[in-house]
Amino acid sequence: MVTVVHPNLEDTEAKMSARDVSVFYGDKKAIDEVSIDIPTEYVTAFIGPSGCGKSTFLRALNRMNDTIPSARVEGTIELDGEDIYRSKMDVVQLRARVGMVFQKPNPFPKSIYDNIAYGPKIHGIAESKADLEEIVETSLRRAGLWDEVKDRLGDSGTALSGGQQQRLCIARAIAVDPEVILMDEPCSALDPIATAKIEELIDDLNGRYAIVIVTHSMQQAARVSQRTAFFHLGKMVEYGRTTDIFTNPLEERTKDYITGRYG
Amino acid sequence: MSEQAASLRAPTRTPAFEARLKKRYAAERRFRIAGIAAIGFSIFVLAFLLVTMALNGIGGFQRAELTVPIDFTEAGLAGDRTSLAGTAGMQSLENQGLPEVVAFFAEQSLGEEAAAELGESAWREVAEAIIADPALLQREAVFELPATSDLAGGLSGEGSPEMQALAAQLAERGQLEKNFDIGFLQRSDATDPQQAGIWGALKGSMLTMIVTLLLAFPIGVMAALYLEEYAPKNRWTDIIELSINNLAAVPSIIFGLLGLAVFLTIFPNLRSAPLIGGMTLALMTLPVIVISGRNAIKAVPPSIRDGALAIGASPIQVVFHHVLPLALPGILTGTIIGMARALGETAPLLMIGMRVFVASPPEDFTSAATVLPMQIFLWSDEIDRGFVERTSAAIIVLLLFLLVMNGLAIYLRNKFEKKW
Repeated sequence: MVTVVHPNLEDTEAKMSARDVSVFYGDKKAIDEVSIDIPTEYVTAFIGPSGCGKSTFLRALNRMNDTIPSARVEGTIELDGEDIYRSKMDVVQLRARVGMVFQKPNPFPKSIYDNIAYGPKIHGIAESKADLEEIVETSLRRAGLWDEVKDRLGDSGTALSGGQQQRLCIARAIAVDPEVILMDEPCSALDPIATAKIEELIDDLNGRYAIVIVTHSMQQAARVSQRTAFFHLGKMVEYGRTTDIFTNPLEERTKDYITGRYG
Repeated sequence: MSEQAASLRAPTRTPAFEARLKKRYAAERRFRIAGIAAIGFSIFVLAFLLVTMALNGIGGFQRAELTVPIDFTEAGLAGDRTSLAGTAGMQSLENQGLPEVVAFFAEQSLGEEAAAELGESAWREVAEAIIADPALLQREAVFELPATSDLAGGLSGEGSPEMQALAAQLAERGQLEKNFDIGFLQRSDATDPQQAGIWGALKGSMLTMIVTLLLAFPIGVMAALYLEEYAPKNRWTDIIELSINNLAAVPSIIFGLLGLAVFLTIFPNLRSAPLIGGMTLALMTLPVIVISGRNAIKAVPPSIRDGALAIGASPIQVVFHHVLPLALPGILTGTIIGMARALGETAPLLMIGMRVFVASPPEDFTSAATVLPMQIFLWSDEIDRGFVERTSAAIIVLLLFLLVMNGLAIYLRNKFEKKW
């Protein structure tokens, strides 16, 4: 079974490209030979029913699967032409370049300021305290959170509302100036208003970072992404421009999913 | 359809349902009463214990003292600050006949019979006062000196009728009374309960606890961190985990035997030393800290680790910046439990020779010492009535020490506790 790729994709430079990637948990094959190019200038959405492996594939992109002892990856994933699974690859550096936002907001139980400043601090990005303060402000501004928290940077990050926490996590990822941001169902724990704000934010960030978003919601994929990949049972079934996938799916299973026949 | 709906709803309106509901509430009330009764009973037992201990122990903090005025201008003792410095001063005063001087003035003011009941080492307290202030030798001073335990017993209405009569007589003249004895907290063990103090054992306990904490806490935390965060999950780590769990359940005297066999073989000269005691107790405390530490580390949400890893923190940064600070309150709780157990432990210390009569407080980690529970054990074995009160007083000191230690740990725990 080969992925159906829509023909009318213009040539874009791939920030990340995966070739024949399979991910195993022990003996179980969770991802089966997925190949995809992640462009810099677009938001790419992974959609598909629960358990189809889209999150697993996303976590393979910055080697977060390394934390699961039984997980194993085959195939190649390249970031700017470098294989991220080669033995010389520095995982710490990779994750600084490929940031991640999780399903459940997970701010550190520290102050808002320290949440943002932590990444730049451990990577030594900021030269001085003023520098660090500037990074914190810029990151919070980009995440659209600055006006809400500028007077209480010393408060605990965990005291914020769910939507604010998630934007804080996005700001935290932005603070280390990554090239790619992976978002694993970032809105699934949020109410519609907070979700709208996150989607607006993704629109703003689009272009500056290559963004990959995993989502359950097809409406969300349609709203925020320009490229969509449909996953089913560990395989990538169809990949193309979001408009094409939603208006003119080539595969029967994609059509069934987006019309709500299963999911 | 409506009929069916009605029949579905009906059970909640029937008398049978209401009877069951009443039963359910009754069960809840019974459970609450049982709970309150259990708590009430434990509070009663605790209060009974504390009150008994306090009533007995108050006597232990006091001693019977005879009032002896001494006129040094007549005594003809000589000395100044330099000649009376240190132990040489004590020796010099003894050679100059201070014991006889004290006995003489006691006889003069109290009478022959009562003076004989002056504690044997009473003159030492006079000597210490002189050493502290040599100017005393130029004037008259009044001393409160310890009576023998026989006379002290007489004052408490025990012992021979003659002694009781003498005590009553002296007390009436205001020459014998029970005073609060600050020296109990400053002196060490003695054969005479009037002279016995707790400081030696207290200091021994402190030194031992310091060694235990310094060894068990870092090693225990590191072991817990490694096992939880780094070690692969395989048969070896399973075996290690099983062994640690078993170690926590090993009777403490076995650890004493281990200390005897291992530590005292390596350091044969350090018998009875707080260092060896602390090392032995550290062995006993380690598994408790490791187990509670692992549980605390396990309780740190994985999402925090993910969050830190995802912005490029290295595994060691994840552990020391995020996991350890969040697990610290739990680790401290386990440490309190382990240390409290170690503080109250007697059996393993018996094996390594800390059951000793220590007349002077241990100077450092390598000098012979005993610990509070051991002192309590030793005193409770004595026949002399005076030691019964001293035992209660020692128990109070032990409990207070425990309270202070726990209070400190709880303060630290609350300080590090993060809310999210």
